[in-house]
Amino acid sequence: MAVPLAFFGLFFAYPVVAIVGRGLKTDEGWQFGRFAEVLARPDIADVLWFTTWQALASTVLTLLIALPAAYVFARFEFPGKQLLRAVVTVPFVLPTVVVGTAFLALLGRGGLTDELLGVRLDTTVWAILLAHVFFNYAVVVRTVGGLWAQLDPRQEEAARVLGAGRFTAWRRVTLPALAPAVAAASLMVFLFTFSSFGVVLILGGPSYSTLEVEVYRQTAQLLDLPTAAVLTMVQFAAIGGILAVHARTVRKRETALRLVDPGRTTHRPRGWAQRTLLGGVLLTVALLIVLPLGVLVERSFDAPGGYGLGYYRALQDAGAGGGTFLVAPLEAIWNSLQYALAATAIALVIGGLAAAALTRRGGRFVRGFDALLMLPLGVSAVTVGFGFLITLDEPPLDLRTSWILVPLAQALVGVPFVVRTMLPVLRAVDGRLREAAAVLGASPLRAWREVDLPLVRRALLIAAGFAFAVSLGEFGATVFIARADRPTLPVAVARLLGRAGELNYGQAMALSTILMLVCAVSLLLLERLRPDKTSGEF
Amino acid sequence: MSTTKKIAGAALAAALGVTTLSACGGDAKDKTAGASDAPKSTTVTLVSHDSFNVTDAVLKEFEQQSGYTVKTLKAGDAGAALNQEILTKGSPRGDVFFGVDNTLLSRALDNGIFTPYEAKGLAGVKPEYVLDKEHRVTPIDSGDICVNYDKAYFAEKKIAPPQTLDDLVKPEYKNLLVTENAATSSPGLGFLLASVGKYGEEGWKDYWSKLKANGVEVVDGWEQAYNERFSGSAGGKKAKGDRPLVVSYASSPPVEVLYGEPQPAEAPTGVSTGTCFRQIEFAGLLKGAKNEEGGKALVDFLISKKFQEDMPLQMFVNPVTKDAALPELFTKHGVVIEKPENVAPETIAKNREQWVKAWTSLVVK
Repeated sequence: MAVPLAFFGLFFAYPVVAIVGRGLKTDEGWQFGRFAEVLARPDIADVLWFTTWQALASTVLTLLIALPAAYVFARFEFPGKQLLRAVVTVPFVLPTVVVGTAFLALLGRGGLTDELLGVRLDTTVWAILLAHVFFNYAVVVRTVGGLWAQLDPRQEEAARVLGAGRFTAWRRVTLPALAPAVAAASLMVFLFTFSSFGVVLILGGPSYSTLEVEVYRQTAQLLDLPTAAVLTMVQFAAIGGILAVHARTVRKRETALRLVDPGRTTHRPRGWAQRTLLGGVLLTVALLIVLPLGVLVERSFDAPGGYGLGYYRALQDAGAGGGTFLVAPLEAIWNSLQYALAATAIALVIGGLAAAALTRRGGRFVRGFDALLMLPLGVSAVTVGFGFLITLDEPPLDLRTSWILVPLAQALVGVPFVVRTMLPVLRAVDGRLREAAAVLGASPLRAWREVDLPLVRRALLIAAGFAFAVSLGEFGATVFIARADRPTLPVAVARLLGRAGELNYGQAMALSTILMLVCAVSLLLLERLRPDKTSGEF
Repeated sequence: MSTTKKIAGAALAAALGVTTLSACGGDAKDKTAGASDAPKSTTVTLVSHDSFNVTDAVLKEFEQQSGYTVKTLKAGDAGAALNQEILTKGSPRGDVFFGVDNTLLSRALDNGIFTPYEAKGLAGVKPEYVLDKEHRVTPIDSGDICVNYDKAYFAEKKIAPPQTLDDLVKPEYKNLLVTENAATSSPGLGFLLASVGKYGEEGWKDYWSKLKANGVEVVDGWEQAYNERFSGSAGGKKAKGDRPLVVSYASSPPVEVLYGEPQPAEAPTGVSTGTCFRQIEFAGLLKGAKNEEGGKALVDFLISKKFQEDMPLQMFVNPVTKDAALPELFTKHGVVIEKPENVAPETIAKNREQWVKAWTSLVVK
C-alpha cells in the first residue's frame, strides 16, 4: 500500500496540485474568485455543455451498437472469434492522430460515405460520436461480454418454462444480473469520452471543444494557467463524481452471482434470428472498425508506381538522411517497445501491489484509494506533463530530462488497467490455501509463490498486455516530455504527418500499420492466455 | 515448473532487465556530465520544439571543434515548448532554447527567460532580422507562411492562380481555400497576421468577412489542411482533397519535390507570393544555464555558415545570414518572397489574444 501511495503521490498528485496551485495562487493568496469568473464566461459554458452532452450521446450510442456484440461474443461460438476479439480491441490503443486520419478518409469529402451516399460527416458531431464508438466498442464488449458469458443461461430458461415470454424472461432475469456490468462499462465510456482530446481536435474542426481540449489550449498555447487550473478542477470534480458512482456499481457487481464456465454457455448460432444477429454484428464490426483500419493499411501500400512495400522500404532508409528528425523509424519501434516494457514493469509492480492491498483491506479509505488510482485516466496529459516540469526539478528528483519520465507517465495510465484486471482474481484467492501452506511449513514467500502466483499468473499476463498496449499507443503525455531524441512510434507518426511530401505521408501510414500490427499481435497472444473463469473488469 | 511459467518469468525478467539496462545507459551519460561539472562541463543542452533538425555530420563537426557534446531535447510544438521554458524559468532543463518566433517573442522576453549574449558572427546576419537590440535572442532562420496552390487544378480550369490577399476574395476563387485555426495552429495565426499586416488593425475583420463569404474553410491544424484537404499535396491527392488553395509555407513546393517518389521535374504546387507572413525563429541563452560557455558556443554555431546552409533541407526554412548559399532545390523550386507582411512583435503580444478571439467569433462560430 505504501509503495503505490508514494508513487501516486509523487508522480501524480504532487505535480497536478503544483500546477493547479501555480495557476490559482498569487502573492495575495488563493484566488478562488477565479472559479466564478471563468465559469461565468459564455465560451466556457459552451465548452462545458458540449463536453457533457457529447459524452452522454457517445455513451448511449456505444451501448446501442456494442451490446448486441457483447451478447454475440458471450453466447455464440464461431470461427475467428478470438481474432475478432483482438481486432475490436486494437482501436482502443491506437493513437488518435492516426484514427482521425482514417475517419476523415471515410467520412470526409471524397470519402466512402461521400461517394456512395453523398453524405459528408467531417466537422459534424456525427464524426466525433462514431469515432468514440470505434474507440470504446471494446470496453463494452469486454466488460459486459465477459460477465454475460459466465451467466447461467438455465436461469432464463427456467423463467420461460414458468411461462414468461422471451423478452420478459430476459428483462426480469438476465438484465438485472447484467445491469452492474452495463453501468460500469457506461461509466468507463463516459469517462473516456468526457475527457476526449484528439478525436474532438481532429474531427470536430475548430468549432467544437471539450474541457480537455480547452485545458490544452489554455496551458500549452496561451499559458493562461489560472483558467487552465479552474478547468482542471472542474474536470476533476466531474471525473471524481463519475468514479464514485463507478465504484458503487462495481461493488454491487461483486454481490454473489451464479457464474459458470463460459465454455459451457456458448454454442453455434441456431436458426435465422441468431444467424441474422451474428451477421449484423459482423457487418457492424466490418464497417465501423475494420474499414477505418483498412483505409490506413491500404494507404500504406499505395506506393508510387503501384501497390507494394515501397513505403515500408523507405522506413529503413529514412535514417540515412542523417538528421536528428529522422531517427530511423525502425529505431522508433525499438524505442516504443523499450518504453512500453519499462512502463509495463512499473505498472505491474505498482498496480499489483495496489491490487493486493485493496484485496486484503476494506473500509472507506481503501475504496477511496481504488477510485484515486483511476483518476489519471481522466486528467489531461498536458496538466500532468507541465506539472512534472515544475515539481521534479530538484536533485535527487530532477527527472525532467530523464528517459524514465516517459515510462513513468505511461505507467500512470497503465496502473488502473492492471488494478482493474487483477482485483477480481485476487479477491477470489482463498486465504485458507495460504494458511494451509503456512501450517505445512512454507515461508510467506514460498506460500505466495506456490499459492497466489499460479492463480494470478494469467491475470497478471492479461494486465501486463493491457498496460503494454496502452503504453505503446500513449501519445498525449509523451509529447510534452522532453526526450533526448528517442521518439516513440506515435510521436514519429505525428512528426512525419507534420511534413509535406509523399514519402513522409506514406511512411506515416506504414508506421501506423506497424503500430496496429504490434498491438494486434500482443492482444492475440493475450487471448490465448485468457483464463477461463475470470475475465477481469475490462 | 511449467513452460508457461518459465516464459512468464523470462518475460518479467526481460522487462526488468531492459529497465535496468536503459537506466544504466541514461546514468552513464548523466555521470559524465556531472563529473566534469567542476572545471568545465562538456555537455551542452539544446531545448527545442519537435521540428528541430540538423544533419548528424554537421553537429559532429561542431562537437569535435568545440569539445562539447550536444544533447537535444524536444518537447511538443513551438508554443508548448516555449511555455515549458517560461514555467521552468530560473531552473531550465538546458542551456539554449531554440524555436521562439516573432509571434511569441514578446511573451518570451517579457518573462525574462534569456540572458543577453551577442553572438559571434552576428554581423553576418541580415539586420532586419535582429529584432531584439539587447541580444537576448539571436535570429536563426526565417520562413514565409503563404497560400499554396495546386498547379494542375488551375491549369485544367484555365484560370490564373491567385497572387495576392485581394485576389482571394474574388468570385473565381470561391470555395477554393482551406486554412488552419488561428487559435491553435501557427500557420493559421500567421495567415491572420498577414491580413492584419496588410489591412491594418481594424481593416482585417472586414477582409475576413469577405473571405468567409467567399467560402474559406477552417480546419484545426496544418496536417488536416495540407494532407487531407489540399488537392495539390501528395497526401491530399490520396485523400481526394477538394481544395486547390491552402495556407502552408513558401518552402512546401521544394519539399514536395524532395520527398516525391520519383522526384518530379517540377513542383506540383506553387506559392501565391502576395499572401505571405514572415516568421523569424530565434534562439537564446537560458537564464540559469548550467553551462553558459557551452551555450554561447552553441548559439555561435547556430548562425555559423555550416549550420545555416544545412538548415534549409533539414527544417525547410531560410538562412538569416548574408553569406549562406541556398541549396539548388530551393533556388530551383522555391520562391523568394520580396515583400512579406509584417507586424511588430510588441503589437502582436498586445493584441494577439483579442485578435484571435475576434477571428474565432467572426470566422468559426
